[in-house]
Amino acid sequence: MPVFSSRSTKDSGVRKIVNNHACNGSFIVSAGVGNQGGIMNIVVCLKQVFSTEAKIRLAPVGKSVIEDQVEWIVNPYDEFAIEEALKIREAKGGGSITAITIGPDRCATILRSAMALGVDKALHLKDPLFESLDALGTAHVLAAAIKKLSADIILFGKQGVGMDQGMVQAMVAEILDLPLANIVTKVTIDGNTARCLREVDDGAEVVDCALPVVISTQKGLNEPRMANLKGIMAAKKKPIDVWTTEDLGLDAAFLGSPTLVHEKYELPPPRTAGKILQGTPEEAARELVALLRNDARVI
Amino acid sequence: MSKIYLVAIETVDGKIRKSSIEALCACKHLAIDNYIVAAVLGPTTDAGALAQYGASEVYQAAALESFSGDLFATVMADLNEKIHPGFIAGAATIFGRELMGRLGAKLGRCPATDCTEIHADGDMVKLIRPVYSGKARAIVAFQGEKPHLFTLRPNVFPASAPDSTLACEVRQIMDAPARRNASTKVVEKVKSGSGALDVTEAQVVVSGGRAMKGPENFEILRKLVAAIPNAALGASRAAVDAGWIDHHHQVGQTGKVVSPQLYIACGISGSIQHLAGMSSSKVIVAINKDPDAPIFKFATYGIVGDLFQYIPKITEEMKKMFS
Repeated sequence: MPVFSSRSTKDSGVRKIVNNHACNGSFIVSAGVGNQGGIMNIVVCLKQVFSTEAKIRLAPVGKSVIEDQVEWIVNPYDEFAIEEALKIREAKGGGSITAITIGPDRCATILRSAMALGVDKALHLKDPLFESLDALGTAHVLAAAIKKLSADIILFGKQGVGMDQGMVQAMVAEILDLPLANIVTKVTIDGNTARCLREVDDGAEVVDCALPVVISTQKGLNEPRMANLKGIMAAKKKPIDVWTTEDLGLDAAFLGSPTLVHEKYELPPPRTAGKILQGTPEEAARELVALLRNDARVI
Repeated sequence: MSKIYLVAIETVDGKIRKSSIEALCACKHLAIDNYIVAAVLGPTTDAGALAQYGASEVYQAAALESFSGDLFATVMADLNEKIHPGFIAGAATIFGRELMGRLGAKLGRCPATDCTEIHADGDMVKLIRPVYSGKARAIVAFQGEKPHLFTLRPNVFPASAPDSTLACEVRQIMDAPARRNASTKVVEKVKSGSGALDVTEAQVVVSGGRAMKGPENFEILRKLVAAIPNAALGASRAAVDAGWIDHHHQVGQTGKVVSPQLYIACGISGSIQHLAGMSSSKVIVAINKDPDAPIFKFATYGIVGDLFQYIPKITEEMKKMFS
């Protein structure tokens, strides 16, 4: 495909997000980031979600979804984001990948998993205030962290399975005034430009974005690798840094007043088994089409 | 102001996107005195026709030739300043989600996205959105000041019949924002195969699973799709992962969520992940050799048998019906 270059990534002229906040946390921001040959900083935003096989159970009157005894996994779309970060670093022959997540203690496991795959650093954004964020609050917390990390490439899965909103990457891009290549199945980094194949409602488009760039990943982009034992052992020894509202320089009053609330949950009306059609293929086909037209009235 | 709805209208190849008209009609249907302002984002000569669906005012930014979220959101934010709507709505398309996410960040409001029900509730609206890929649904509430933002799932809200007696002037937005560093530049457009209907927009979805056995066998499903108006071809994850068919056909938790009038599952066992993507279909037909396949617990009509024998016969019957 001629519009995609196979040239490897270059550093020169890469615009960085300026780090405005003082760093109060223990996390060390890589020295030397900037325009002159600094290392490529890749941030991968991860979400811990219910296993896709999970049965959804509701608390009384549907106030919440029960989380006990649910298996938690890395959001499936985020696996493509991690893999793409590793591939970009490999293609470039260097760079630093930081995995970040927001959530309670249990979320640390997905950061360990990411480090087992080869991610360099992990950052856990953890604060009681972060427990009740809406998507916009989540985006502000992530954006503040990404800004401190001086990221060149920010990767997301295209949506978190569960809430399925798929908006946080767009909000982060807007807050940081960055381009977004949304729902992509191909990425080439060439110098200061990310060329991506993005999914659109009636096909796909090749888009160019200047770095720093936000990219959200879709199935088909790559084949996520599995962690090996050495990686898993090494990940256990790596530190996970923790940042709070204060470390991020965010306004607690703002984060504590979401503008969208998922007030109540319901289970969909159960579907029941219907009619099994008998007879020869000809008879069954005739009966089926008649039922669809005359009884169900859907054709 | 509470009655003013600003609706983002997408264009595709010079035409107004159907799901945008659905969103406009849904806002108009909420209350007879709702005042609809349409914002047409892109080039089309059909903008004035939105009056026929209930728009009282139409603005158009014809210079927005291809999608760049930052520029589209800037146009919408400018209109918000001018019009002071109570609500800003759009279709939950791929562009619609990015646009509304960016606009929400600009205005400091979190949009409710991909809603499948909307009800008037005094000066407010009550919205319902599927969560956990349709395994549950959530009633959402806005807090704080208006405007409130939401997107509606395509193919769920019916568009009303156009009233050709209605017309309105289209006001052109001449000072469309210029490209910036945060803009995306479209280098090339790649159309999906032969302009085929997408599964999320189709009234009828015919999907193939593991029992299709190979890519060549999808031809019999394509013939069935061709025999039914407004039908699209879908697939299970098993068929996509086997490489038999492209991912954009995939229905399920890591594919697309569809709610057609009719879903025909061919050789699909019905995993919980697949059901999550299609269980809101009005009618489900399952054809599977295995009488114990979970899909039969959900199917409105079931056929236990070899799909290679049944599908061609169903195709013949459909052809007769629609000829």
